[in-house]
Amino acid sequence: MNIQAPDYRYHTLVVTVENKSGVLARVASLFARRAFNIESLAVAPTDDDMFSRITVVVDLESAPLDQIIKQLDKLVNVVEIRELHPGHAVERELMLVTVSAEPDRRDEIVEHLDRAGGKVLSVGTDSIMLSLVGLPTRVDEFEDLLRPYGIVELQRTGRVALATLEDNDGPGR
Amino acid sequence: MDGGRALIRALENEGVEVMFGLPGGAILPVYDPIIDSSIRHILVRHEQGAGHMAEGYAHATGRPGVAMVTSGPAATNIVTPLCDAYLDSVPMVVITGQVPTGAIGTDAFQECDTTGITQSITKHNFLVTEAQDIPRIIKEAFHIATTGRPGPVLVDIPKDIVDPDNPRSAMTWTDDVTIDLPGYDPQTEVDPEAIRAAAGLIRASERPVLYVGGGILKARAVDALRDLAEMTGISVVTTLMARGAFPDGHDLCLGMPGMHGNFTAVTAMQESDLLIALGARFDDRVTGRLDGFAPDAKIIHAEIDPAEIGKVRQPDVAIKGDVRVAIEALVAEFSTNGTGDVDRDAWRSRLSGWQERFPLAYEPWVPGDPLKPQYVIECLRDGTPDDTIVASGVGQHQMWASQYWKFDHPYTWINSGGLGTMGFSIPAAIGAKVAFPDRMVWAVDGDGCFQMTAQELVTATVENIPIKVALLNNSYLGMVRQWQEMFYEERYSEVFLSKDVPDYKMWAESMGCVGIRVDDPEEVAPAIARANEIDDRPVVIDFRVAAAENVYPMVPSGATNSELMVPPFQQDQPR
Repeated sequence: MNIQAPDYRYHTLVVTVENKSGVLARVASLFARRAFNIESLAVAPTDDDMFSRITVVVDLESAPLDQIIKQLDKLVNVVEIRELHPGHAVERELMLVTVSAEPDRRDEIVEHLDRAGGKVLSVGTDSIMLSLVGLPTRVDEFEDLLRPYGIVELQRTGRVALATLEDNDGPGR
Repeated sequence: MDGGRALIRALENEGVEVMFGLPGGAILPVYDPIIDSSIRHILVRHEQGAGHMAEGYAHATGRPGVAMVTSGPAATNIVTPLCDAYLDSVPMVVITGQVPTGAIGTDAFQECDTTGITQSITKHNFLVTEAQDIPRIIKEAFHIATTGRPGPVLVDIPKDIVDPDNPRSAMTWTDDVTIDLPGYDPQTEVDPEAIRAAAGLIRASERPVLYVGGGILKARAVDALRDLAEMTGISVVTTLMARGAFPDGHDLCLGMPGMHGNFTAVTAMQESDLLIALGARFDDRVTGRLDGFAPDAKIIHAEIDPAEIGKVRQPDVAIKGDVRVAIEALVAEFSTNGTGDVDRDAWRSRLSGWQERFPLAYEPWVPGDPLKPQYVIECLRDGTPDDTIVASGVGQHQMWASQYWKFDHPYTWINSGGLGTMGFSIPAAIGAKVAFPDRMVWAVDGDGCFQMTAQELVTATVENIPIKVALLNNSYLGMVRQWQEMFYEERYSEVFLSKDVPDYKMWAESMGCVGIRVDDPEEVAPAIARANEIDDRPVVIDFRVAAAENVYPMVPSGATNSELMVPPFQQDQPR
């Protein structure tokens, strides 16, 4: 269970769109031209290949949530928008990271990794590649922890989210 | 069947009677079946003209205007009309040619990313990739353009799927196509709870104003609006997009609000305790500085587009849905439960006091002065039939036309409100005249605007579309000149066009029109009468009007509507 204080500046929208070419561009261009800021964005097909799901974290300092949702809903290819209120959603993000790791410091890094629940993907002569799936805040913390060792390369996916089970039956938008 | 024939047949099935366009390489295969089609095609001289003609047709009829052009530069030339139609919610379907599917993305000759370019200025657009999809996509395009909040839809069609010589164009025609738009379902019904809440606010209001926008015309809600106004006795302001939606001659009509609105309309909104916004969107040209707009007013906002509700001003009661349904529901509510008994006599006498002290007016002409542009509009208004359609360009002449015309019928005023597109009037007038060949259609234009789209008068002559043009020629980009006079210490930068070049009479005649030049007030009415007699070709009257004339009243940019500037001779009147 997520015990962090809800961060009301950022809200997560789960946007179901038709799985057609150019739809992501329409969504991205809407955010650009209406001056809505995106904090994070992830796209992937759903279990139904007619539709894709865009998980977008929006910055409410740039525009009111209501306006963002209504403008998104005007896009013909947008089928459904669900707002996931912080604290009522399971959010996860994947990070892949390569860290400098001389043999004598590897154990230390792996210890951090085990505590965070990550995995070792590959070990090189002077570096190590790790993965971590977790709450975005936990991924942030782990990234901070690794920084002193020297991050060679890092890629995060942006967050994906689903409503917590007890909220799953609520009305969509 | 091939995709090209299917496209024309699909347009015929949508009831398209006329389309405006210009052929070229990528769209060539679609032009061949036009020869055998019932659809009348108007060949324009510039693709921008095709777009504005389609808009003019749509404004006048309420039916979607259709334009068809080729790829690349033709598609970019029609971008302005698409944006214009998007901002003014004009139903329009534009077909563009595209390079063959296999060439897309290779920077082929006359290739541009048309759907990418027009994404943000269309209600929706399509890039068709299979000939078999053409009937369905055309059906979807018309459905989207004409339902909910209307708007332009673009359909981009690669050449290979319409070219009968290419196997990719083969398809099987079927009338049995169904729309597949899982994300599109505009809600027209209104919430009865919202209607009751709105009625409650109206019954309690001492200073209500019906703030009426172009949505009334789009929703065909003119009769319902009149019922509501007469039943409640509430005065009406009609925005630039709604001129004619409520008759100017009606006792309850206060006229146009906004930056160049008349004093009573602007001030009534400003002093109101309840604005009932119907199919309007609180445009900045109406509100002036937002934090000082109608400070004491509660807001009822009835609107088909949910995103407009709360975008600019948060309403106290939101009525989502079709504005005609909303108004009819309000009328039904008042019929059943009464309109209340608030005493509005004091408000009515304030309104009539403002109307008496601050009528629309201009300094009278004195011998030796150049012709007054407002006088030309008054003569045109008085010298033309009641149901004349007026199409305007953008600038001072547009404001004078909106102010001094008397609109007593809906769908007689066609202009570019949201985008403010110079050059709109001549092609828009042509589109309206094509729709109503038996009605008189006047374009009111300025000399700056005229020089942007005048070549479409060649189209009008050749296609036998006898519109008339009242050119208010002051040799300036007049509205910009006015701003430089008022806000840039009379430092006139790049606003003077030319006193004598071009010669508009000669230019008009060279395009097959009758050209008339008018310099003096006594020539105005006879010239208009002469123009009205001519019905076998277009007429252009070059009215040489005063360059120093300014549009009043005016809310300076960045000021609140309480700071409305009246003409100098009204400045001592008590507000």
